[in-house]
Parts: sequence; structure tokens; C-alpha cells
Amino acid sequence: MSNEKQGLRKIGTVPVFLTLVLLLVACVLPFVVSNYRTFQLTLVLVYAIALLGLNILTGYNGQISLGHGAFYAIGAYVAAMLMDQAGMPYWATIPIAGVVCLVVGFLFGLPALRLEGLYLALATFALAVSMPPILKAHFLEKWTGGVQGIVIVKPDPPAWLAAAGVKLNADQWLYYFVLAIALVLFVVGWNLISGRIGRALIAIRDHHTAAEAMGINTAIYKSLAFGVSAMYTGIAGALGAIAVQFVAPDSFTVFLSITFLVGIVVGGLASLSGALYGALFIQFVPNIADELSKAAPWAVFGVFLIAFVYLMPTGVAGALRVLLSRRRGGKLLQPKEAVP
Amino acid sequence: MNRTLFPVAALLAAALAFPAYAQKKYDPGASDTEIKIGNTNPYSGPASAYGAIGKSIAAYFRMLNERGGINGRKVRVISLDDGYSPPKTVELIRQLVEQEKVLCTHNTLGTATNTAIHKYMNAKKVPQLFVATGATKWNDPKGFHWTMGWQPNYQTEARIYAKHILQTKPNAKIAVLYQNDDYGKDYLKGFEDGLGAQAQKMIVAKASYEVSEPTVDSQILQLKSSGADVFFNITTPKFAAQAIRAAYDSGWKPTHYLNNVSNSVGSVLKPAGLEKAVGIITSAYVKDPTDKRWASDAGMKTWREFMAKYNPDGDTSDPFNVYGYTVAATLEQVLKQCGDTLTRENVMKQAASLKRFRVDTLLPGITISTSPNDYAPIEAMQLERFNGQQFELFGEVISNEQ
Repeated sequence: MSNEKQGLRKIGTVPVFLTLVLLLVACVLPFVVSNYRTFQLTLVLVYAIALLGLNILTGYNGQISLGHGAFYAIGAYVAAMLMDQAGMPYWATIPIAGVVCLVVGFLFGLPALRLEGLYLALATFALAVSMPPILKAHFLEKWTGGVQGIVIVKPDPPAWLAAAGVKLNADQWLYYFVLAIALVLFVVGWNLISGRIGRALIAIRDHHTAAEAMGINTAIYKSLAFGVSAMYTGIAGALGAIAVQFVAPDSFTVFLSITFLVGIVVGGLASLSGALYGALFIQFVPNIADELSKAAPWAVFGVFLIAFVYLMPTGVAGALRVLLSRRRGGKLLQPKEAVP
Repeated sequence: MNRTLFPVAALLAAALAFPAYAQKKYDPGASDTEIKIGNTNPYSGPASAYGAIGKSIAAYFRMLNERGGINGRKVRVISLDDGYSPPKTVELIRQLVEQEKVLCTHNTLGTATNTAIHKYMNAKKVPQLFVATGATKWNDPKGFHWTMGWQPNYQTEARIYAKHILQTKPNAKIAVLYQNDDYGKDYLKGFEDGLGAQAQKMIVAKASYEVSEPTVDSQILQLKSSGADVFFNITTPKFAAQAIRAAYDSGWKPTHYLNNVSNSVGSVLKPAGLEKAVGIITSAYVKDPTDKRWASDAGMKTWREFMAKYNPDGDTSDPFNVYGYTVAATLEQVLKQCGDTLTRENVMKQAASLKRFRVDTLLPGITISTSPNDYAPIEAMQLERFNGQQFELFGEVISNEQ
């Protein structure tokens, strides 16, 4: 990326180096930790994809969504139903889940254009609230399995891998499968954000009228942001369903949507790496809270949350950026924080 | 340790220990000193009222450990909060089985949450004992050898009502209202099975409702117009209250059977109007902690002492605390029967060979029996009728035990 792209970070050698190290660690981890931890890390990657999607919408484009759990649910159900009813292989369901969510997200984005800020948040909140009853609905029961949900089979590592002499168990294979998809989606996301489209999205976020005056078609960009964002989250949902091997309406309550929002704020708004930090937070902090107190786990979670927001007001990604630039002794180069 | 003495000591220890070890057999989660049990419960989230069960189970084993444990081993219950969310349950159960290496799980709560781990537990061959849900599918020893229910399932309960109707009103014309989901259909199936060949003739009207519907008034009018004189009410609390009120207000006076799910005086009958609920028949299997007839009952006295000493924060009017105590006592019996063979296979074998086991918090006459072909521990209930103030037990305990 060239430097003149405004509003975007110049990529120094340190972040590139860190990314490579992180990638290496990510590749080695399943051989070091137990299957259970591998499974947890798979979920972290899944959440990271979902948070990346939400961040494109909320962090970069300034549209608050309290309903991304619904897109996650749609992705999960599309994958589960295709596997269960049509006998489709798990990997083939991922792009379909993505396309379905892209379309649904885009269509939802069209009427949402009229809604700004808090009103949009409420509209998306309604989407999240209505998702479990829709999934339980009688006329869809044939496909969705009603309240009982759908149990799906865990994918085994493909035969060609074993033939090539690589021995992986089901957990490790799924981890690498999700890691590969996450990498592709992060690279695509990075390209999207650091190019013309990204600048347009940020411009709309920062000054809607000015952006329009510059000739940006705000309607198309905002709907597109909604669609792409939903697609990312939907793909995450499909991967999550395959990892957990089960979908049920109770898995996708409104709380999931709120958890996603917590994830991007804690991780860092308008930051790609923030998605990963946020995912780590929403995956592991509730477990820590439960260990600390059975009586009021969410109170402990709340304390964590407040501590994070106070100590790192720009999210983990923002705090790390400050830390890195201080060590370099250089000036802070960073995107303007989202003002949703 | 002194190096020269080490081999001698080791030999000696081995010689001493060998006869004992020859009889002891352990799977992960069991040792000479400890048995590890896993549990998931919603301590947070919308279903957190159920958390009382997990807490009273933990309290029960605290009491037991203080008294020396089971066959000299302490029981460690690791209970985790899944917030009633199936994906979380999957993650936590994997933690319990793969990290903590529990011997078995016990009373994991919720139908969807247990469905999510059903296959996994059976693939891993880890006992999923006494799940806290009323669905009938947990009694499937052929298909799912490692999973067992505990409480009377919906079909068992419905069959008990059917039995009572056949005995008392063989010519009844029955109307059924049911919630249109697995829970409602489970009850309906048990009810029809219980009536047997008579079902087609006796059930004159069926109406269903969706959870999303605001009221069930129109369904009640429809059922009333069928001329039925018996009404089986398969509804969750909110709709149960509506149905009771609507039936009474419409002047319909059938013999009213209400499912156990909604037999709470406080949250169903009171909102409906106590006078409108007089005569309603439902069923129970544990002693109600607020029922005055158990005020001086020995079993409930022991329970109250237990609550005071080991679970002082628990609500002594909450039936969930009786439930937790009773289901924990059932696990204690299974582990006792296991003796020194604490393998997962043996845990399952012992759980499937409970013979008329009794906990004093169960209603008199109700016992727990299982066999390799019968994974439904409690299959008896007693009917009770509402007198305008509280439920009164009547008749014999009706058992569905084969």
C-alpha cells in the first residue's frame, strides 16, 4: 500500500513482522495444545471473522448493528440445513451461506438507509429479537428442525491429506480449515478497506454530506457495507455451526448480537486486528468470569468490560498501536476513531 | 528421597498395594481419593432460575464429603455456567471431558443444550447421567447407551393422565390444547398412546397454538364447542393461565388436566384467578416444600436442615432445591453401587440397575428403578387436585413402570 492513502495506516516493518510471527504461532498451536483448546481456538477464529464483518459496518462505515447475531444464525442454519437435508459436504455450504447472507444483508440494508444511528440500532435489534421465534416457526419446522434444531456430523480430515502422510484429527483439521478461510477473508477485508471502497466507507462515516458532495453514492455504499458485513458474519455462522455440530434457535438469542458489539468495541473499532482481540475477549473472558464467581458471573464480566473500556478507550488494537508507536518514538499514525 | 532405599520402598509399596489394586479399576476422573463429576447449568441468562439446581447439587456433595465421601472418596463436582446456550454447552462439556477429565456428567440442564452434546458424549463413551429435561428421547438405551434421563418424561406423565381418565371416565369426550412444538407433541403422543385403541374415539377435538400467539381464547372456544367433558391442557405457564381463565369465563366446566410444566400456584393459578382453577388435576413426584402436609415430614426435615447448613443462600420455598437434592442423592447411590470399580462402563451399568431406590424427598410410594432396557428412572407420579388454596394429593401413586 502506498502512503498517500489518507486515513489509513502506513504499514511498517514491525506490524508485518508481528503478523508473520502470529501466523506462525497460529499454525503451530494445534500441535502444542489439547484438542479442546484447539476447538476453543477454532471458535476464536470463527468469532474473529464475525467481528471483522461487523467492524466493516460499524467501525468503518459508522452504522451500528445490534442484529448481527441474526446473520450469524442465518449462515449457521443455511450450512446445517444443506448438510442435513441436501447431504452437501460441509465445505460447499460455506460459500452458499456467504452468498445468502450477502443478499439478505444487502436487502436489509436498503430500507435501513433511511435510518440513522440509534434508529438503525433499534431496527437491527428487532432483527436479532425476531430470529429465534422465526427459526422455531411451525411452517419452517420441516427444514429448521424447530426448537430441537439440527445435529450435524463433524467433518473428518479429507482422505487426500492422510494419503499425503499428514495425520490430523478432526479438531485440528477443522482449525486449519477455519484458519485458511479466516486468512482469505482478512486479506479480502484488508484490500477492501485500504482501497477506494474503504475510503468511501470512512468518508461516509465521518461526514455524510461531505462524502455525498464528493460524488460518493452513499446509498449503494451503505447497502453494500451491510451486505458484505452480513456475508462475513454469515460465513462465520456456518463455520461455527460446523465446529459446534449443532444449531438450535436458543443458540442465537439477542445476546449473541450484543456480544459481537462488545467484541468490536473491546477489540478496537475500525481495526482489522481488533477483530482478533475482540474474539479472544468474547471467547475467554466469560469463562474466566465463571471461574471467579458462580453467583454473579456477569457482574465479573461487567467489571472486566469496564476495566477494558477505561484502560483502553480505543480498544485493544488502539492501545497496541499507541504502544508500538511510542516504542518506535515516532508520531502516531492511525485512522481516526469511529464516531458512530 | 534416599536413592538406595528407593527401589526397596517402591517394591514394598507395590507389594502392599497390589492386592488392593487388583480389585480397583479406574477410568479418567476417578482415583483412590476422588471422583470427578461434571455439570453445566445456566447460572446466568434468561433461564438462570434453574441455577438453583446446580447450587443445591454442589451443596449436597459438600455435605457428603464432610461426612467422608463415597466409599472413602471425595466427590468433586465441577459445575460450569452455560447460560442455556447450546454452543457454550458444547464447549464447556468438552472442557469437562477433555481437560478436567470427569468420570461422568450429571444433570446437565436443558433440552437443546443436552441435544447439542448427545452425540459427543456417546461417541466419547462418557456417561451423560440424569439429564435435567423432560423430553422422551433420553430413554433410548439402544441408540444412546451413554445417556439417561431422570425425571418422569412428558410421555410418561401424559400416559398417567390417560390411565386416570380410562379408570374414572371411560366414556369421556376429550379436548386437547397443546403447544405446537416438540414439547407439546411429546405430551400428545404419550397421551394418545396411553388411551390406546380408544384414542381415536375419545379425543373429540385438538387445537394447537404457537408460542408467538398473543392468546389462546379462540382455541378454547373451539374446544368448548366440541362438547368435550374432559380437557387436557398442554401449555406453558403464560398460556396455561390464559386457558384456565378462558375456559372458566366461557362457562365450560370440563374435568381439567393440566401438565406438570405449569402446575405452579404462584405463576399460573394466581394470575388465572384461584377460584377459576378449583378442581384442576395435575401431577407431582417430589414433595412440594411449601405444602403444609410435609411440615413435620422426616424427609423434608432432613432437607430443611441440609438447606440451612449447606445451602443457606438457597430459597426454601423453591422446588428446584428439592429437585437438586433428590437428583444428587440418586447419583450418590449409583456411585456407591460402583464400589471400587469406577469405570465409565460400570457407572452406566450401575445407573441402569437401580432397584426401587428411594429418596425421602420423593412423594411416598415413588421409587427409582432402571434396567439395561429402561433408561427412565422415575416413572411414577401422583395426581393432585387444586382446592382453591393449594394442591391436594389424591389416589394412589400411578406408575408407568413396565
